[in-house]
Amino acid sequence: MKGNLPRSLQTTVIFLLAAGVLALAFGGFFGAASSAMTRGLVGVQTWVSSRFIAVQDVLAAPRDIVSLRTRNAELESQVSQLQAQVIELQQRVNETEILAALVDFSRANPESTYRAAAVIGRDPSPFLHYVIINRGSDDGIRRGMPVVTNQGLVGRIDAVIADGARVQLVSDPGSAINVRLQNAETDAVLLGSLTGDLSLDMISQDAAVEGGELVLTSGLGGGYPPDLIVGQVATVRSLEYELFQQASVQPAVDFGRLEIVLVITNFRPIDIAPLATTPVP
Amino acid sequence: MRNLVALPVLFLLVIVQTALLSRLSLFSGTADIILVWLAGWSLQKPVDSGIHWALLAAGIMGFVSHIPILVVVVGYLAVVWMAKLFSRRVWQAPLLAMFGVTLLGTSVAHAATLTALALAGTVLPLGRSISFVTLPSVILNLLLAIPVFYLCRDLASWVYPGMEAV
Repeated sequence: MKGNLPRSLQTTVIFLLAAGVLALAFGGFFGAASSAMTRGLVGVQTWVSSRFIAVQDVLAAPRDIVSLRTRNAELESQVSQLQAQVIELQQRVNETEILAALVDFSRANPESTYRAAAVIGRDPSPFLHYVIINRGSDDGIRRGMPVVTNQGLVGRIDAVIADGARVQLVSDPGSAINVRLQNAETDAVLLGSLTGDLSLDMISQDAAVEGGELVLTSGLGGGYPPDLIVGQVATVRSLEYELFQQASVQPAVDFGRLEIVLVITNFRPIDIAPLATTPVP
Repeated sequence: MRNLVALPVLFLLVIVQTALLSRLSLFSGTADIILVWLAGWSLQKPVDSGIHWALLAAGIMGFVSHIPILVVVVGYLAVVWMAKLFSRRVWQAPLLAMFGVTLLGTSVAHAATLTALALAGTVLPLGRSISFVTLPSVILNLLLAIPVFYLCRDLASWVYPGMEAV
């Protein structure tokens, strides 16, 4: 009898049993069993998947490494080119800023004519403060011409060749320039030194000199044109038993960072040596 | 003919000196690569042209610098003479000889410069000159001494092939 149940009834019974089991499972009655089973299945799938990905990586990696290395080399090359361009552009910007300042200075002082020159070297002797510029007699540069920047006086031409010249800085120990103090309305002599510090000597004891006072060339002696800014008085030393006051000067120009200078080409220094009295033997 | 190598080498050194080393100062002292080079070159055993190199270097430096050429000649010839003297006395320790020649050569060259400047009317304070210029310059020259010595040795091996350098 059992074996002769109608086929449709068997199907219905099986369906009902399956639906009941599912209903019980969704209802949470088989929670422990289903979670154990799914945990096992997920674990197996995870293991298979990770092994597959690992094998895929191993098979695909050589192509990726080669392409990545090539791309990396290309990018590194581009980065170096861009860095070189940045440095070059920064240099140009610096030069342009300096030149713009020098042009402003020359416009503000139209009474002089200027020739721009680049500083290309320094005197090899550490005892001297000279620089070498890249303009010479071919450019109209002559010995004794003053050299300035937009900040102030740099020095004067000491020696000239066809396409270069040597400039004695005002900070050279052999340099002595006649100057005047703007507010105190007194003259003095500006001296260089071994270490490049500037000092003022021969300041009259009657002069009231204060720190911050502007130091300008006086034009006396004919070596420099008047009214070129040299620096500012930093400290004053006045002793009663000395004939003159002395002062230290903060130079207007940073002599350590000279790059481009202007030579005043329409100034001719006056040689007063023949007027100096010579001792009669 | 082999001495012709002095021309490009010395011109290159003068360019390096004026454009680079003279801008790198320690206090007010700067290195003198030409003096150090002359010391290192004259210490090489096969080199017999140290005096010619010194005279050529002095000629170039006298042209570039405001220092009278005679002072430069005296300083550089003194370096070559000391190098030859040291190479005979301390030949087993060439680096020691290099340091000695650099130290004494710098001192002699600076003493000659100070004397010449004083005779020309620029009297520099001796104490400040030594402490701010000469001692820092000696230190910088000693720092240059080792690489320059080995460069000189390589150049000597190239210029005098088959002859043993120091």
